[in-house]
Amino acid sequence: MNLWSRLMCSCRRRSPWIFHMNSGSCNGCDIELVASLTPRYDAEQLGVRLEGSPRHADILCITGPVTRNSVHAIETVYGQVCSPKAVVAIGSCPATTNVFIDSRVLDGPLNRHIPVDVFVPGCPPRPDAILQGIAKAAEILAERGSRPLVNEENQQ
Amino acid sequence: MNLTIALARLLIFPGLLFAVPTAWFFLWVERKAVALMQQRIGPPFMQPFFDFIKLLGKTTPARSGVSGLLMKAWPLLAVSAAAGAVGLLPVLPLSGGFQGDLVLLLALMELPSICIIAAGFSSRSIFGEIGSAREAVLTVSYNVVFLLAVVSIAVSQHTFRLEALAQLPASPLRWLGVLAILVCLPAKLHINPFSLPNAEQEIYSGPMIEYAGPELAMWELSHGLEWVAAAGLVATLAVPHFAAGWIDSLLFVSLSFGIVLLLSVLAAATARLAIDTTARFYWRCALMFAGLAIASTLLMRLRA
Ligand code: SF4
Repeated sequence: MNLWSRLMCSCRRRSPWIFHMNSGSCNGCDIELVASLTPRYDAEQLGVRLEGSPRHADILCITGPVTRNSVHAIETVYGQVCSPKAVVAIGSCPATTNVFIDSRVLDGPLNRHIPVDVFVPGCPPRPDAILQGIAKAAEILAERGSRPLVNEENQQ
Repeated sequence: MNLTIALARLLIFPGLLFAVPTAWFFLWVERKAVALMQQRIGPPFMQPFFDFIKLLGKTTPARSGVSGLLMKAWPLLAVSAAAGAVGLLPVLPLSGGFQGDLVLLLALMELPSICIIAAGFSSRSIFGEIGSAREAVLTVSYNVVFLLAVVSIAVSQHTFRLEALAQLPASPLRWLGVLAILVCLPAKLHINPFSLPNAEQEIYSGPMIEYAGPELAMWELSHGLEWVAAAGLVATLAVPHFAAGWIDSLLFVSLSFGIVLLLSVLAAATARLAIDTTARFYWRCALMFAGLAIASTLLMRLRA
């Protein structure tokens, strides 16, 4: 690895910008994600910034059990995040559909639609756990960025 | 001013080579001040640099046609205009300059806002267009106060040359003008309470919504350079210039830093205002400052 790509790798790890998306969650996980940005947990120490537009983001944070209505939106937003990108599934809902399992309005879990890099289990997970998940995703992102082509093939 | 000196000022000091690290530093101060006000630790010192490099390494969505080209051009134009504005600042004593460079500085400081408006409209996103419309309303409102303040300072001291302005002793009208400029800066820099065009929560960062990767990095950089230019302009007008060169430069830098700190604390302490309140606020400000300026001129005439 030459100097530039090492620098790029370290910068990617230290500056994960996140975009938060709700796919039909009960709002518990969303509150915890917001809590992890508040002064008490201070995600900005890790360089995390909550972005308004998916185009600016590196990490897509998805909460909720993926309702049928939200599938199309999830795929669109996933496409709008520019690569290299990573996905964090927050809560037990996107991982397993949790208490909503067998509901006929659901089309989950999340990894049926897009590749998920980190699952943060819990109902809802603690803000510390969410931050750990984001940090982990940032590491995955940094590694992925240094070998983009191989990875794109893996995703498809 | 011959070509070599002009190029050196644009590229080395106080131009790009000096201004880019300063811009990152000011962006960090902005975020850190907000964090400290909220009793957080805040981002690490190198954060704006990390963000910039990271954005350079991201892909951008493929865009075709004229609007794609335009979308690439706006951020570059904004960065070059802001860097040019910084290059004109008379940081070093006896740095030269030319008659009327104040006018050029004002024009260059205005260009990034115009680029933002154009960028929002060429992105063809509905949120981008709302953001651009807001930016346009904001520009029309605060510029009345801003331009009046700068022009009245220049006219009262009979020169449109920055170097000469920096060396003249301050008058009451000048302090009034500096105050008026300070009131306009939050809107010029799109920070709270006037961060209407780039509101993340309401309109998904407005004109910037479609920008990604290196183009977004350029916008961030132009925002930082605008900080440097704006703080530098106020410092130029407010610092009394002494004979000794380095004290001047030191005062200049520390005053710019103080202005950035002041504005960041203001941003942390306030919430976003609505667009009509903002417009009304600036038009009232314009009336008030105009009244005060006329009064102080009359008083000076009477005393003379
Ligand atoms: S994991 Fe629990 S808290 Fe989170 S969205 Fe699902 S049900 Fe709500």
